[in-house]
Amino acid sequence: MAWVNAIIQGVLTGGLYALFACGLSLMFGVMKVVNLAHGDLAVVAGYVGIGVIAVTHVPVLWSFLIVVPVMAALGYVLQRTIIQSALDRSVLTTLLVTFGLSIVIENGLLQFFTANSRSIGADLALVRDSFSLGSQIQIGYLVVVIFATAVIVLLGLQYFLSASRYGRLIRASADDPEAAQLAGADYRHVFGVAAAIAFGTVALAGMAYGMYSQLQPTTGTDTILLFAFAAVVIGGLGSLWGTLLGGVVLGVAQQIGAQINISDEVLAGYLVFLAVLVLRPQGLTARRAQ
Amino acid sequence: MSLVADVGASSAAGFRVTRSRRNVAWTGVGALVVVVVLAMFPYIVYSGTTTIMVQAFIVLTLASMWNLLAGYAGLVSVGQQAFVGLGAYVVLILALHGASPFAALPVAAISCGVAAFPLWWLVSRLRSGYFAIATWVLAATIMLFIERFSSIGGGTGMSLPGFAALSPTLLTAYTYWAGLAVTVAALATIYILLRGKLGLVLTAIRDDEVAARSSGARVGLARLLVFVVAGTGCGAAGAVLAISQLQVQPAAVFSVQWTAEMAFATVIGGLGTIEGPIVGTAVFIVLQQTLSSYNAWYLIILGLVAIVVALFARRGLWGLVDARLNLRLFPVGYYLRLNGDNGGATRWRRTRVPDQRERPSSGPA
Repeated sequence: MAWVNAIIQGVLTGGLYALFACGLSLMFGVMKVVNLAHGDLAVVAGYVGIGVIAVTHVPVLWSFLIVVPVMAALGYVLQRTIIQSALDRSVLTTLLVTFGLSIVIENGLLQFFTANSRSIGADLALVRDSFSLGSQIQIGYLVVVIFATAVIVLLGLQYFLSASRYGRLIRASADDPEAAQLAGADYRHVFGVAAAIAFGTVALAGMAYGMYSQLQPTTGTDTILLFAFAAVVIGGLGSLWGTLLGGVVLGVAQQIGAQINISDEVLAGYLVFLAVLVLRPQGLTARRAQ
Repeated sequence: MSLVADVGASSAAGFRVTRSRRNVAWTGVGALVVVVVLAMFPYIVYSGTTTIMVQAFIVLTLASMWNLLAGYAGLVSVGQQAFVGLGAYVVLILALHGASPFAALPVAAISCGVAAFPLWWLVSRLRSGYFAIATWVLAATIMLFIERFSSIGGGTGMSLPGFAALSPTLLTAYTYWAGLAVTVAALATIYILLRGKLGLVLTAIRDDEVAARSSGARVGLARLLVFVVAGTGCGAAGAVLAISQLQVQPAAVFSVQWTAEMAFATVIGGLGTIEGPIVGTAVFIVLQQTLSSYNAWYLIILGLVAIVVALFARRGLWGLVDARLNLRLFPVGYYLRLNGDNGGATRWRRTRVPDQRERPSSGPA
């Protein structure tokens, strides 16, 4: 029964990892930017949320209405300024710049907010309570809500990109910025909007992790960025549904690892990632790796 | 197993090709003098200074290796801390079995070079940005794996044995010489490699990977070689780190901070030149020492400076020097001299084989 529990919990945490991976995938898919500061920006979103709640005393769930737009605006500004100017130079420059951002943000958080871990809404019924399945399986409401959110976000993105007018514009700009420009689209603005959407999902990821567990300045890299990346690679680059599958596989691997030896949780997830890299580098869904 | 499948270039008459516009002999003599003076430091300066110098040696070795990866082979690795940590742990394991940590240093370097082969096999499946994060995941995986063994300290690490026979003064001096030796070996290796065929291939990859491939450059093989050399160098630096810290803690030796330091030092000094990491390391050490009482601020400032340099002065500080003085301490490129002007050494044509990313802005030809 413990194993069934591990698998159920793994699948549900997989939703959280898919949420982590969403913004990373979108930024790469549209702008060809691998944002190494991805996880640290999610932690920033979490800290902004904690700040908003502490200052304005809004209910936790209402704070999302502030944090998500703030991060989206930050995404637009960052994309239009330093990320775009790095893109104009070379892929190497975007990596250097986002890696620089990652280190600056992480150490900045460490300086201003210490290494203490913080959580969001720890006294909320949604975060605390769980329901039982049978006698041995306890499922928290929060992970179910996060999983549902991840599915909704992925579905929404999929629909937005494939069916909406603006989604078509984004895909056109991603395929060939100059051609889109010639056809009358301002691709820099379109990239800004795509980055805003990506940062919106990053904000959701950061807040969700703050509620699910605890945020520390180092959470951004050692958990969010690396798990997001592992989910993307396991699922297959460039596929949104693959990302969900990747998140689920990573989550299940971690929970099974934890079942074998509690300290091997993270290691087990990475070993599955490496196994996929060796056996099926294009990811579990069939598109070819770049 | 040649790096270049077919080099069809034959030197036509009418011009001569040399390594440098200036006489290179002084560079060799100068380098020798610098090394000899540096080697005498333990006799002439306080031990506080040599301790800082050891840090500088570690950062310089790491930065030079990272420069080889990112500046020449186009491989942005953010997981080089994997090799720093492995190097440190090989020294620890050998010392626990009774070897002298100093004797363990070369073994650590070679082990890291050997370990680089399977690790390359794993990460080379991904390109550019995803390669970067893959190396990071790999470093995290190796750390988690090593933490499982409580006999080498588990998650908390342990102090390095094997120094009982040495007096503190002698230990400081030996550590300093070990650091100096590693750095000199690293720079010499890179210089020799870049002057040879590998340098030619790497320069071609740096300027245009597709063109390099179509001209018969074995890009994959060149990158593997660079990854192995960088692994060896970072492992040696990790071994020096373990000796200078007298302890090995997994979270400290496998910290991404090492990659941040090597990358920032390289970018600030100048990516794609041997001189760049030297300049960058000097900037790094000065900043770190000045801001040493303000915790992580040096890393924040360094990161911000690196971002600005990457965006607005892509050839770094050394690039600014080179643009004005046309100076190379380590000449690895070529200069072209037309036979038409048969003046003395001062009348070189200023047509030089373009390097760095200065090609689009037509040089002083």
